Amino acid sequence: MWKFVLPAAAFVALVVLFAFGLNPKRDIHALPSPLIGKQAPLFDLGDVLDPTRIVSNGALKGQVYVLNVWGTWCVACREEHEALLEIARARVVPIIGLDYMDEREKAKQWLTQLGNPYQAVAFDTDGRTAIDWGVYGAPETFLVDGQGRVLYKFISPMTPEVWQQEFLPRIQAARKGGA
Amino acid sequence: MTAHRAAYARATRAFRRLKRTVALACALAIAGDAALAASAADAPPRSVDAYGQLQDPVLQSRFEHIVKDLRCLVCQNESIADSNVELAADLRRQVREMLVAGQSDDAIFGFMTDRYGEFVRFNPPLEPKTLLIWGAPFIILILGAVIVVRVVRQRSRMPLDDEPSVGPS
Repeated sequence: MWKFVLPAAAFVALVVLFAFGLNPKRDIHALPSPLIGKQAPLFDLGDVLDPTRIVSNGALKGQVYVLNVWGTWCVACREEHEALLEIARARVVPIIGLDYMDEREKAKQWLTQLGNPYQAVAFDTDGRTAIDWGVYGAPETFLVDGQGRVLYKFISPMTPEVWQQEFLPRIQAARKGGA
Repeated sequence: MTAHRAAYARATRAFRRLKRTVALACALAIAGDAALAASAADAPPRSVDAYGQLQDPVLQSRFEHIVKDLRCLVCQNESIADSNVELAADLRRQVREMLVAGQSDDAIFGFMTDRYGEFVRFNPPLEPKTLLIWGAPFIILILGAVIVVRVVRQRSRMPLDDEPSVGPS
């Protein structure tokens, strides 16, 4: 009896393991963020378009916002730019940019040529803010609620589908909870 | 015949010249290597990043130990000590600064896991949730031992093949 049950059980376990591990849809580089549910790290950085203007996420307390980490060196950021513009046009939440490991001139050019979906773009010159947010690549998109808590992190280029499925329901829930 | 001999002499001379050239090249290469080795010996040992070594050798050894245990999240199978990625350089800078500021190793690892999760550590600490990772080798060892014992016991109950059969033939 055991001679048949044990190998069969082992086989089933392997199939389940492989179905999960070899699933092509699973992004093996996407790591769960330990920041979820915690207070979003605060930053006060110069705006990429105007260094004298300070972008401070602490000032956004009380409203749900999106923080999008990008850079002109990042091909996937170029890929998601159209989606961000579309999201910005809907004016559901402010999108704050965090320009990371970048050059100011290139970033300015990017925003004037491709359009600017951001309410403000913080310019992280030394990568410290990115470290605080646990950023390890770009693009990364965070959703922060009115109490300043990180609700969700998405690693990969933003798409209208991801926005609809992952972000909008959370934004609605956060607003209901906050009201 | 003479033409043949002349050609032979020319070839020999050419060959000697070639030999000299090769010997000269070899000598130069060896000398160059020696010079390089000498200059490398003069230079301080290569540090893991552009900032150079920490003044305090104790801090430096702690630094090296910590950066070897932190995963570069861009390459994921390299430590930040080995990686040339900008993020790894930023994280090394962070570790240095915290060391110089007098922070403990635990505080530095805590800083990293707070931001990047447990995955950032190559050696996850022994905790209830990491029990399976640390225990798995022992579980597999015990499982193997149980199987071996069972098989050996079963075999020892079986008659040997070359045992003379008992009873009338």
